[in-house]
Amino acid sequence: MEKRDINQLFTREIAVQAVKDSFMKLNPSVLVKNPVIFIVGIGAVMTTVVVLTDTFTGHFSNFNFQITLWLWFTVLFANFAEAIAEGRGKAQADSLRKSRTQTKARKLINNKEEMVLANDLRKGDVVVCAAGDVIPADGDVIEGIASVDESAITGESAPVIRESGGDRCAVTGGTKVISDKIKIMITSEPGNTFLDRMIALVEGAKRQKTPNEIALIILLSGLTIIFLLVVVCMPAYFSYSLTASGLPQNQNLTLPVLISLLVCLIPTTIGGLLSAIGISGMDRLLRKNVIATSGKAIEAAGDTDVLLLDKTGTITLGNRMATNFLPAEGVTVLELADAAQLSSLSDETPEGRSIVILAKEKFNIRAREVQELHASFIPFSAQTRMSGVDIKGPDGKLLQIRKGSSEAIRTFVQNNNGFYPKQIQNIVSDLARQGATPLVVAENNKVLGVIHLKDIVKGGIKQRFAELRKMGIKTVMITGDNALTAAAIAAEAGVDDFMAEATPEDKLRRIREEQANGHLVGMIGDGTNDAPALAQADVGLAMNTGTQAAREAGNMVDLDSNPTKLIEVVETGKQLLMTRGALTTFSIANDVAKYFAIIPAIASMLYVTTSGIAPLSVLNIMKLATPESAILSAVIFNALIIIALIPLALKGVKYRPISANRVLALNILIYGIGGIIVPFFGIKLIDMILGFAHLI
Amino acid sequence: MNEAIQLIIFLVALVLLAPILGKFMAKVFMGENHLLKPVFGWLERSVYRVSGIKSEVEMNWKTYLFGILLFNFIGMVFLFLLQIFQVWLPLNTEHLPNVSWHLAFNTAVSFMTNTNWQSYSGENTLSYLVQMLGLTVQNFVSAATGIAVVLALIRGLTRKTTDELGNFWTDMTRTVVYVLLPLSILFTIILVGQGTVQTFSHYITATTLQGVHQVIPLGPAASQIAIKDLGTNGGGFFNANSAHPFENPTPFSNFLIMLALIIISAGLVFTYGHYAKSKRQAWAIFITMLILFAGGLALSLWAEYSQNNVLNIAGNMEGKETRFGVMNSILYSVTTTVTSNGSVNCMHDSLSPLSGLVAMFNLMLGEIIFGGVGSGLYGMIIFVFITVFIAGLMVGRTPEFLGKKVEAFEIKMAILAVLAPSIVIKLFSAIACTIPAGLAGLNNAGPHGLSEILYAFSSAAGNNGSAFAGLNTNTVFYNLMMGFGMLIGRFGVIIPVMAIAGNMARKKITPESAGTFKTDNWLFVLLLIGIILIIGGLTFFPPLALGPIVEHFLMNLGVTY
Repeated sequence: MEKRDINQLFTREIAVQAVKDSFMKLNPSVLVKNPVIFIVGIGAVMTTVVVLTDTFTGHFSNFNFQITLWLWFTVLFANFAEAIAEGRGKAQADSLRKSRTQTKARKLINNKEEMVLANDLRKGDVVVCAAGDVIPADGDVIEGIASVDESAITGESAPVIRESGGDRCAVTGGTKVISDKIKIMITSEPGNTFLDRMIALVEGAKRQKTPNEIALIILLSGLTIIFLLVVVCMPAYFSYSLTASGLPQNQNLTLPVLISLLVCLIPTTIGGLLSAIGISGMDRLLRKNVIATSGKAIEAAGDTDVLLLDKTGTITLGNRMATNFLPAEGVTVLELADAAQLSSLSDETPEGRSIVILAKEKFNIRAREVQELHASFIPFSAQTRMSGVDIKGPDGKLLQIRKGSSEAIRTFVQNNNGFYPKQIQNIVSDLARQGATPLVVAENNKVLGVIHLKDIVKGGIKQRFAELRKMGIKTVMITGDNALTAAAIAAEAGVDDFMAEATPEDKLRRIREEQANGHLVGMIGDGTNDAPALAQADVGLAMNTGTQAAREAGNMVDLDSNPTKLIEVVETGKQLLMTRGALTTFSIANDVAKYFAIIPAIASMLYVTTSGIAPLSVLNIMKLATPESAILSAVIFNALIIIALIPLALKGVKYRPISANRVLALNILIYGIGGIIVPFFGIKLIDMILGFAHLI
Repeated sequence: MNEAIQLIIFLVALVLLAPILGKFMAKVFMGENHLLKPVFGWLERSVYRVSGIKSEVEMNWKTYLFGILLFNFIGMVFLFLLQIFQVWLPLNTEHLPNVSWHLAFNTAVSFMTNTNWQSYSGENTLSYLVQMLGLTVQNFVSAATGIAVVLALIRGLTRKTTDELGNFWTDMTRTVVYVLLPLSILFTIILVGQGTVQTFSHYITATTLQGVHQVIPLGPAASQIAIKDLGTNGGGFFNANSAHPFENPTPFSNFLIMLALIIISAGLVFTYGHYAKSKRQAWAIFITMLILFAGGLALSLWAEYSQNNVLNIAGNMEGKETRFGVMNSILYSVTTTVTSNGSVNCMHDSLSPLSGLVAMFNLMLGEIIFGGVGSGLYGMIIFVFITVFIAGLMVGRTPEFLGKKVEAFEIKMAILAVLAPSIVIKLFSAIACTIPAGLAGLNNAGPHGLSEILYAFSSAAGNNGSAFAGLNTNTVFYNLMMGFGMLIGRFGVIIPVMAIAGNMARKKITPESAGTFKTDNWLFVLLLIGIILIIGGLTFFPPLALGPIVEHFLMNLGVTY
C-alpha cells in the first residue's frame, strides 16, 4: 500500500465528485452541522434576496451582486474542502472494498455445507474455506490450519499461517485461503466488520465529532456570537454617528455590507476546513495501513505520553543473532567456529543462519555442501532441545556435532561419557547475566565452547526513542525475559523504563498505575491475553495477525502487524491536533487586516471635514482604492484563503520531532505572525486586480 | 524628570510589594500560621462562633456558589432598604431625603458588585449611616467576594480529583479579618496623617472672600477611602472622588492611593503562584498584566503630552488637578481603569481621545489587567484558558493548563464569561445611542457622545465604576440599564468561573514533560497578550473606531464638536 502516491492530493475523479458534493452539501440540514459556515450560508441567502429585490425594483447593484457571489463561493469552498477529504477517504476505502465483492460462502448447517451469500452470514455462523476460497467475513479459525494470502488487505505478498486456538486464529474477510482447509466461526454481523466501520468513518457519513473538535466548535461558535453581536450593534452606533455628522439616516449600513463585515470577522477559515482536517487525519492513518475504530482514538494517540512496547519485533529484531564464539579450554576459536558452522549449515532458523554468517565474517569459513560431507542434519526438537549434524568421517567414524542449551548439551556429553567443564558453566552464566543467550557446542563427548547469541536492537530505534523523549513521551519496554537481560537491552535501545518477566496481568496493572498518575497510555498487543490491557489503554493498537479478541479490545488495528507503527500513530494524532490549532490561530490572526480594510471603508462618509477629509481614512493603511473595493477584496480574500489552505488541511502541518515549546514557537511564527501579515498583502493584491479589471 | 522618577518608584514598589503580600495572603487562605493570626485570631474565631460557621467543612462548587449568591443578594436588598428609608434612620445629620427606587437599586447593585458606579453625588444624597453601614460594609464584602471566587478557582486548578473547593464563609471571614481590615486600618491612619477628613460633625458653612456662603461637606471619609481603594471599589465619599482635597490631599497620599488600588490584585497573582507551587506561573501572569498596563500607560502619556490641535497646547491640564500634574493624573487614570477601581483623580471626560480610549479599552477587556480584587485574576485566567486552547492544540496535544485538560465544558464556560460583559457593552450601548431616553443624558455632541455612552456601559460591565461624566445617568433608563449591566458583568462571569473551578477540580493532573505546553515562559506571555488584544480587544474595534478613534483623528485635524 506504500506504493500509493501520498503526495498526490487528489485525482480528477475525486475533484469532479467533490465539486458535485459541494452543491449537495448546501442542503440546510447538512450545513447546520457546521455553525460557522451555516451563518455564512444564511448571510448569502439574505444578500441574494436583497439582490433579487433590487433587480426587480430596478436598483441593481453590481457591488451587492459580487458580494453575494463571493459569499456563496465561501460556503461552496468550505463544502468542497470537506467533500475532497471525504473523496480521498472514499477512494481509499473503495480500494479496500474491492476485496469484498460479492463472495459466496460454504455455510455449515447441521454438518452439511450449503452455499450462501457472504452478506447473509451472521455472527456465530460456521463456514468452511478450502484452498482458493475467499474468506467471506471476519472470524476465528475453530478447526484446522491454513496458509492465507492477506495481500488484499495488507499489501504483504507472503502468505501467513492461520490456525485454530492460540493467538493466530483470526481471519479477515476478503483474504484468500491458499492451502489446506479451515472451519471459521464468523464473529461480525454484516456491515459491521472492521473494514465496514473504517469505511464509514472516512466517508464521513457516520463520523462522530471528536472531543477536541467539539470543544473547538464551541469556541468557534462563541467567537461567531461575539462578532455577530458586534455586527448587530453596528447600525446603532452608525446611526448615532450619522446624526452627529449631520447626515441622513438612509445612509446607514446596508445589509450586504453588514453581512460582509460579519463573514470576514467570524472564523470561516478554520470553520470551513475543520471537518476536512478530521477526515484527512483518519485517511492519513489508513494510508499507513492502520484502521482506527473512532476519530477519538486518533486524538488520544496525540495525547499519549507513555508507550508500552513489546521488546520482540518492536525494539529488537524478532530473532537472536550469533555475535561471538567463546571456545572451551584447549580448543581454538577456529575449531569452535568450524564445528558451529557445520552444525548450522542446514539449520534454517534465523539463529542458525546467523551462526553461518558470523563464521564467514570472522574466520572466512565458507559454506560447504551438506551432501558432499555425507552429513545428515538433526533438526531441533522440543524433547532434545538440540540440533546439529551427524557426519560419517573418512575413517567410518561417526562425528556427532550438537548445539543447544547448556542443560541439553550437558546431558548429551555425559551420555557419551564426556564431562562438562566448570569453565563452560561459568561462561554460560556470564552470558546469561549480560542478557544474552548462550548456545553450547559439543562434538561427541567433548564440549567445544559457547556461541554468544544476542538480541539485536533494531537500527535507528534508539534515535526514534530519543525523538519521542524530546516530544515528552516515555517509552516502556515489555519483555518476558528476566530482569538482567531486559536491563541490558533496555540500556542498549535507550528506552526509559522496562518491565521484565511481564505477564499480561502486569501489563494491565502498569497501565492502570500510569493512568492513575495522569498519563495517557498507548500499547500494542496481539494475543487474547493482551485484550484486557488493550481495552484499558487509551490507545490500543492490535496487530492484524492477532486474535479477534485482541482486535475487538483495541481501538486500532494495524493491517501490517508492524509493532513500530504505534509511534507513527502517535505522530499522526499529534499532527491532526497541530493542524487544527495552526489553522485556528491563522484564522483569528487574519481578522486584524480585515478590520483595517473594512472599518475605514464603511466609515468613509462620517465626520468628513470641510476640506473633504474622512478622519478614519488614516486607518486605510493598505490604501485600498474605494470603500466598495475594500469590502469586496476582504470578502474575496476570505473565500479564497479556504481554497488555498485545503492542501494544508489534507496533508496536515509539517510534523517535527522536537519539544512542545519549539513546535509552538515555530507554529506561532508561521501561522500566528504569518496569519497577521498575509491578509494585508492578499487583500491589497485583490484590490489591485479588482481595480485593474474594472470589476468595481 | 521628576515625574519619570515618580513613575519608576511606583512600578518598583509594585513589583517589590506584590509578591510579599501575595505570600502573606497564601498563608492566610491556606490556614497556616502568619503574622496577624495572634493579633486578629480572636476575631476570626468569634465570627465562626457567633454565626455557627463550621470553618473546616469544604464545599463543592455549587454550594460555594450558592453561598456567594445568597450573601450578595441579602447584602443588596439590605443596602436598597437602607437608602429608601434613610430619612427615618439615625445618623442623617443633614436630613437628606429618601433615595428614589431606581437610584437605590442602581447604587445597591453598584456597591454589591464591587463596581461603585455612582449616579449620585455622595455628600448630597446619602446619610452617614448609609455610607458606613451600607456602602463601607459592601466595600469590604464585595471585595472579599471577588477574592473568594478566585480562591475557589485556584483550588480547582491546583487540587486533583476532588469536589472540594474550600469554604466560602471561611474565605470571606479570613479575607476581611486578615487582609482588608488590617490594611484599611493602616491606610486610614496614614491618610488621616496626610490630612484626609475623618469626622462625624456637621457640614461647615464658610463665608468666601466674595462674601458668599459656601457649605463644605465633611464626614468619616478616610476610613471609607481606604477600603474603596484597597478593595477596588472606587465609590468616592465626595463626588469629586480622589480629586477632592479632603479625600486625596497631597501628592504622597496620591501615590499611596494609586498603590493601594493595585496592590491586592497584583498580590493575588502571587498567592496563585503559591497554590500552584510555581512562582514562574505567577510571574508569567504578572508580567502579562504589567506589559498591558505599561503599554496603555505609555500610549496615554504620549497622547497627553503630544500637541492637541484643538487647544493648540501639549500637556493638556484641562480636567486635571494642579496638585498632581499630567503624569500622576494619567498614571491614576490608567491604574484605576485597569484595576476595576473606578475612583478618579481627574476628569476622564477631559482626557485626550487616545487616553480616553486606553481607559475605555482597559474596561472593555473585562478588567483583567490586575483588575478588581479577585475578579481581575479570574478574568485573566479565563483568557488563559482560551489561549491555552487555541495555541495548545499547536503542540499536538489536547490543551492543558497546570496539567489539567481543557475540554469542551471549560471552553463553553470561558466563552460565556467573555460573552456576558461583551453583551452589556455592545448591546446596551447600542440601545442607549438609539433611543431618546439614552440620548437624553448626553451633554456632548459628536463622537465624544458615543464615547461617553460606551464608557458608561463598559464601566458597568467591567464593574469598574468610573465615568466619563458628561453623561447624566441618574435617570430611570440609565439606573436600570446600568444596574442590570453591573449584575450581568459580575455574575455572568462569576457563575461560569465557579463551574470551571468545579469541573477542573475533578480532573487528574498529567505530569509535566517535554511534550507539555508551557504556560510559564515568555512565549506564553506574548501569546496571552496577543489573544487578549485580538479576542478581548478587537471585537470592540468597530464601536471604538466610531468613538474615541475618530475623535482622535478629528482632533489631529483640528476639529471638535
